[in-house]
Parts: sequence; C-alpha cells; structure tokens
Amino acid sequence: MDLKELYQEIILDHGKNPRNLRKTENFNKDAKGHNPLCGDKVHIFLKIDENKNISDISFEGSGCAISMASASIMTDLMKEKKEKEVKELVDDFLQMIKASPEMKTKIISENEKTKLMSLSGVKQYPMRVKCATLAWHTLTSAMSNSEEETNTEKID
Amino acid sequence: MNINNIKKQFPIFNNKVHNNDLVYLDSANSSQKPQMVVDRIYDFYTKEFSNVGRSVHYLAVAATNLYENTRIMMQKYINAKDPNEIVFTKGATEAINLVANTFGQKFLREGDEILLTELEHHSNYVPWHYLRKLKGVKINFAEINNDGEITLESIEKSITPKTKMIAITHLSNVTGAILPIKEITSLAHSKNIPILIDGCQGAPHLKLDMQDIDCDFYAISCHKMYGPTGLGVLYAKKKWLDNLPPYQGGGGMIREVKKEGISFGDLPNKYEAGTMATAQVIAFGESIKFLNQIGIENIEKHESELTKYGEEVLRKNNSVKLVGNPKNKGSVLSFTLDGIHAHDIATILDEDGVAIRAGHHCCQILHDKLGLSATARASLGVYNTKDDLDKLNDSINKCKKIFDR
Repeated sequence: MDLKELYQEIILDHGKNPRNLRKTENFNKDAKGHNPLCGDKVHIFLKIDENKNISDISFEGSGCAISMASASIMTDLMKEKKEKEVKELVDDFLQMIKASPEMKTKIISENEKTKLMSLSGVKQYPMRVKCATLAWHTLTSAMSNSEEETNTEKID
Repeated sequence: MNINNIKKQFPIFNNKVHNNDLVYLDSANSSQKPQMVVDRIYDFYTKEFSNVGRSVHYLAVAATNLYENTRIMMQKYINAKDPNEIVFTKGATEAINLVANTFGQKFLREGDEILLTELEHHSNYVPWHYLRKLKGVKINFAEINNDGEITLESIEKSITPKTKMIAITHLSNVTGAILPIKEITSLAHSKNIPILIDGCQGAPHLKLDMQDIDCDFYAISCHKMYGPTGLGVLYAKKKWLDNLPPYQGGGGMIREVKKEGISFGDLPNKYEAGTMATAQVIAFGESIKFLNQIGIENIEKHESELTKYGEEVLRKNNSVKLVGNPKNKGSVLSFTLDGIHAHDIATILDEDGVAIRAGHHCCQILHDKLGLSATARASLGVYNTKDDLDKLNDSINKCKKIFDR
C-alpha cells in the first residue's frame, strides 16, 4: 500500500479546491447521494439542453478528499457530453475502479483518462472505494431523475 | 497486576498492522480481549459445552451453573440488589429496545414525552423513535452547552409535566462528557419520572454502584468491557421487570403454554427467550474477573491520566481542534484537523498501525449541532500508554505533511 498513490497531487488539488462546487442555475435534473457509513454527501445538478447534451453540471456536498476530488474531476469531464456518452463513461469508470487496470472508452482523451486513473489508488483501500464512486452513482440517478437518494450501502 | 504491563495480556498486540506495532485507539467502538476471555470461550466449547436451563444431564447442569454465576458476578460488580435484576441481551442496543418497547407498550400514551439529550448515540434514540409512530409520543432533546456537556440545569429545563421517561448517556462517546447521572436521577425521581442510563461508555471505565446512582435502568455493552461480542446486560430495578410485559416470545421464557393461552416464566427467564449467547456470558465472567483484578479505581486513574496527557499533546499541536471541552471527561479524544477530512486522517493513521474511528460515531444529532459532518476519534482502554498518544500525534503530523504537499 502506498499513501502517495492514494493521495496523488491531482487528488489533493481537486480535493482542496473542488471545481464546479456550486449550484447550476435553472438545472433540469438533479439527485442526492449519501454514504451513510461515513456521512459523505453529494448533490448533483444538471442542465441538459434540447439536443440531450449536458450544457452545465455542478455539485454541492461535503466529504473526504477522495469523494470531493472524484466529484470535481467527474463534473469537469462531463460538460458538453451527450446523454449516452455519460452512461458509457460512468460504466467504464466504475469498471476501472472495481477491477479493470485501465479505461477502455474512446470518448475521452488519454490525458483525461490519466486524471481519472489517479483515483484508482482506492483499489488498495476497499473501505474507500465508495468515496470514489459516490458522485458517479449519483450522476446516474440524476440522469434518470430518480427521486430516491443514492445510498452507497445499497450498491454493490 | 501492573497496569503498565497490561498490553501483554492482550494477544492482539502480538500482531503487526502494515508492519507496525498496533496502536489501538478505538476502544469506545469496541475493546480488545484479554487472553483469559479468549481462553474461556475455547475451553467452554471444547470441554464444557451444553445449552443451559433445559436439560438435566451433567453438562447442562454445569453450564447452567456457569451461566448463572456470571449473572451473580455482574450483580456484585454493579452492586445490584438481586441477581434477577441482571438480564442478558444481545447487546446494549437490545437492552434499550427492550425497555423502550415494553415500557412504551404499557405506560405511554399519545402526547407523552420522552427526554433524551443531544449527546445520545443512535441506539438511545432510534428505539424511542418507534414510539412516535406507534404511540404518538414526543421526543425532546436536552441541549448541550458550549463545552459539549449536559448539565443538571439543561435536563431540568427540558422536563415538562408530560415527561414520562428520561433516557441519557452516562458518558458521551464523542465529547467524552461524563453526565451527573446521580443528580439527574434524583431530579427525575423527585418528579416521579423513571430514568434509563445508556452505560455503554460508562461501564468499561467508571465505578458502577446501582444503589448509589439509583437509576431505574442501566444498559451495558459487554464487548466494550473487554468481553465477547453479541452480549449486553440490562440492569433494571426488580419492580420494573416484575411489572413490564415480556419482550420477545420463545422457549425458556414461558411457564405454561396451552392452545388457549400462555403464562410467562419468572425472572430472569421472562426476558431471556430462546438459546442465549451462552459461551459469551460465561466468558464475560472472565472480563469481570479481569476488571476486578486490576481494580476499577486503578483503571479510572490510569485512563484519566492518559486522557489529560492526550489532551495536552493534541492541544500543543496547532492544527488539531478538540471537539468538546467537558470538565468531567472520559477517555475519548475527538478532533478535527484543518483542511483534512476525518476519513483521510483515519486512512493515513492506519498506515502507521494507529487505529482510530472517523465519521459521526452514530451521533448525527450531535454532529449536526456542532456543524461538523465528521470527526476523528481516539478512544482509550486499559492497555493504552503515553507512547500510544505520542504515536497518534506523530501520525497526525504525517497527515499534514501529505496534505500540504
């Protein structure tokens, strides 16, 4: 185990200064997520335009460096993405965090993949995987406009 | 028994954590187990096992005697009047649920009020919450002061003519505040209100005398008292256990069962339905022996010195903020670090073998009140040393190094 791998500079940077930590004006989709074991909370706001593109995405919440960094990097990446691309990215990211050594998607650049891969350090820390995935599960709920709060304890 | 040498009696400390010596600072969550408790479980299962209270064969009689002997040991340990005032449960949670359920069933009506405090663990709130829906009772919370304490005045202010039960913690698992439970009990009784003490954090660390405290109910968690998991104790005055209805139904708690009706058994069987945690009860007898061998006064002194030392060390560390500042404080050190979330602290400390807890410690009401989403908590047990607290401080400094890169 290596703490430097878990707390890479990019994670500390996004964790301390999260991007898109605000509430989108006139959002048309949103969802709340909660990790009841540690109290991490995230609320994701989306503005999806008539062409089904994400024209804006933001979040509010509080939590550890990993969960804040994950929400920050994710929201940066999702801007201007199409609805179906979001699903592919979320699935690919979750696959990478749980099992796969790398991301397979062609939607994003290698540079962007490297950013996301910085979160893969949690693989060594099973109790912290949910910190990294909370925002992503919550985004999925927001896309389907689920009324139910995403609860990491109900997700495998 | 030399208290400074006590770590040797706990086999867990022979193991390394991430190649480091274990610095166990999570005893408020659960304590480690001395060898004599572990051995007792092994011996019982390998040489003496039988179910208790049912069969007449040799093993059953011997096991029943051992089981009942722990009840008597516990009666003496907390100075209860009668062994039948000791009920074994699956934990302190079940002990509180037992009281909330049976007392609520028999005595509470719509509009009645239950008084808790803002310090309560979820296990002394959620069981009462059920009565809101079932009975339409109201729950009030006595407020903490700026030091994270509950004073007698705060309780007095919150009692109304409709208060029918007071249920409060003995020792906060977050701020460490020790409540003036004797004075609060006397106040409650002067208004004819029964009182339950959640003793999860009190029982492992403080001298208990039920005649002196005079509370109606006292809930104990055995796994925090150097004993096995899956076991709790409810102390209740006999007048309550005689008058309250049974809690769970099943074998062992009945007198006569007919198609037309059922009559219930005498105490303590009335509240011990089904096969109980037999091995745990018998091994818990060894925990009581262990505590008696050291002496609870010596434990109080040792832990109080360590707590003061820990407070000093952490106060000197400028980036640490201690949560609560109670005058009468148990061995709990909750803290926050500027700019570093409690879960990140816990992960980094763990790498050094330092085991703490991070989160809301099952006290969301308190954390909301304090405006904190999570805190880090170091909690002490009889085996801890000043060296453990120095290592805690060193690891906290390492957190800062990692985050200040």
